[in-house]
Amino acid sequence: MKEIYLDNNATSKVDDAVFEEMRPYFCNLYGNPSSMHFFGGQVQKKIDEARSRVAALLGADPAEIIFTACGTESDNTAIRSALEVFPNRRHIITTRVEHPAVLTLCRNLTKHGYRVTELNVDGAGRLDLEELRKAVDEDTAIVSVMYANNETGVVFPIEEVGQIVKEKGALFHTDAVQAVGKIPLNMAASTIDMLALSGHKLHAPKGIGALYLRKGVPFRPFMVGGHQEKSRRAGTEATASIIALGKACELAGQSLEEENTRVKGMRDRLERELMTIIPAARINGGGAERLPNTVSIAFEFVEGEAILLLLSEKGICASSGSACTSGSLEPSHVLRAMGVPFTCAHGSIRFSLSRFTTDDEIDAVIRELPPIIHRLREISPFGRELLK
Amino acid sequence: MWDYTDKVKEHFLNPRNVGDIPDADAVGEVGSLACGDALKLFIKLDDNKERIVDAKFQTFGCGSAIASSSALTEMIKGKTLDEALGVTNQEIADFLGGLPEEKMHCSVMGQEALEVAIAKYRGGPLPVHHDHGHDQEQEGEIVCKCFGLTDGFLKKVIAQNRLHTAEQVTHFTKAGGACGGCIPKIKELIAEVLGEQKQDAPKKPEKLTNLRKMQLIQEVLENEIRPQLWTDGGDLELIDIAGTVVQIAFRKACAGCASSGYTAKFVEQKLRDLVSDDITVEEVAQ
Repeated sequence: MKEIYLDNNATSKVDDAVFEEMRPYFCNLYGNPSSMHFFGGQVQKKIDEARSRVAALLGADPAEIIFTACGTESDNTAIRSALEVFPNRRHIITTRVEHPAVLTLCRNLTKHGYRVTELNVDGAGRLDLEELRKAVDEDTAIVSVMYANNETGVVFPIEEVGQIVKEKGALFHTDAVQAVGKIPLNMAASTIDMLALSGHKLHAPKGIGALYLRKGVPFRPFMVGGHQEKSRRAGTEATASIIALGKACELAGQSLEEENTRVKGMRDRLERELMTIIPAARINGGGAERLPNTVSIAFEFVEGEAILLLLSEKGICASSGSACTSGSLEPSHVLRAMGVPFTCAHGSIRFSLSRFTTDDEIDAVIRELPPIIHRLREISPFGRELLK
Repeated sequence: MWDYTDKVKEHFLNPRNVGDIPDADAVGEVGSLACGDALKLFIKLDDNKERIVDAKFQTFGCGSAIASSSALTEMIKGKTLDEALGVTNQEIADFLGGLPEEKMHCSVMGQEALEVAIAKYRGGPLPVHHDHGHDQEQEGEIVCKCFGLTDGFLKKVIAQNRLHTAEQVTHFTKAGGACGGCIPKIKELIAEVLGEQKQDAPKKPEKLTNLRKMQLIQEVLENEIRPQLWTDGGDLELIDIAGTVVQIAFRKACAGCASSGYTAKFVEQKLRDLVSDDITVEEVAQ
């Protein structure tokens, strides 16, 4: 069965061109970039090139890019660094809808004496900037607000957030793992101090990420040891993966327009047709600005895992905000924070597209999903009422 | 992805007995939309009102919830009501070739619906399960507020399935799976049930020399208690035994754990059950 992969916010295909770019750096050009000899030196040149490519996508200076192992490491590094830089500030601000890479860390920090404010969102997943304005004070060390939400695709007004943060002198970090490569970013004209990105969300391999660190922003490394990454992140460089991330960022820059035209067009058509065919459905975050590739759609009276298993039988790969897929027992913290009605919080499905998605694949979902929802509603004691 | 057996998948993809029975003799409903799963079970009896001739279900829930409901209806057909009441959640899981432990609550839901249906048919008091917030008479104290589960229900599931950890209780009943506020209480219930079971079958030796008693305390700690703490990421160390006082220090996750007081009580209960009634356990900082 050929897969129809619509789970690109979970992870994405490594682009063939990216794989070709990294391939020589395993068995042939395996030198250590720190070495004095030509064999390591030629790898160093490719890493410099990769750094420039990542910087170009972000509108940043290459010296502002630190390679890490993943988005989670970048997030952890940024937040812990800010707390070390400001030992007298004991307050952190984040949001209720953050990825666990930020939220779990912040909640753990409350056990170490930090005060954490989690900003609320409204029914469409939007922040209340007035709540942020009231929360940030002279005790705030860092504000960490995600650029775009992984489950709903809702994009936060990051520059407006940054303006408020800067007024009180706190550092501003954003988890931009879902945004990089999908919407244009320009650090040269931004209030962001630190930004986390992850390779495997933009067609680079898993196990590589980066942290953007604005020039002049005080910093303490998370990993210490050797002098790699100008002593900002110790450990021998994952050379092949770094080179792959560079190539992936170059390609992402070239396909940004396609993401916001062709990919967005397919996403819009998918959600429009599903909403037309299937009764009692709603788009989570439908009233907010969203990523061009993501739709989270909730179906009343059915449960998400059952939908996913039946989709999977048809080769369609999606994901859900449902409790039962994760082993946890509550709907996702994002949908709960948005106050999604309990009649459909358990029945939310996320489709996330990429530039590799085709119209035929979207057609397949529009064809296969409605009968699946209908069938589960026939089995469900609540759905049967609806079908009458 | 869950590691479902082929039989679970088969019953999920082709569920048996979906629907309703308009002239059903008994109907049992458990769960709710808010809880994330719900089951409505219909039972039709033969003319003598003895044996189940037909059973149908409607389920809102995940794949294993639908498969468990399908399995239940297949299992109870042809049984008398008493025979049907004897079906345990473990048997439902076994019928499906097993369920992932995190999904055992799906099999418990099937058993619950069956009990509710039969109790309503017989007109007796409803079994102590969820607090449905209806006009139903409920006994017992609500332990898990998120899912509305009573102590009586939890104790029954703990005893029937020989559960030892709070995590297992969550997997089987969902209790403690949302806010987690009732986990210390769940641990107490486990200790209570284990204590009750031990009283049923006392293994305690009659008289002990001091030396034998100290050996026995160490054996119980090593073989019965520490392995249970390890499953929760905790541990303890025996510091000293002075007469009837056993001094222990908690390690790993147990050290500084908010519910270590309950854990100490659990250790004490175990030692009283298996070694001697007069033992007291003291937690010391070392």
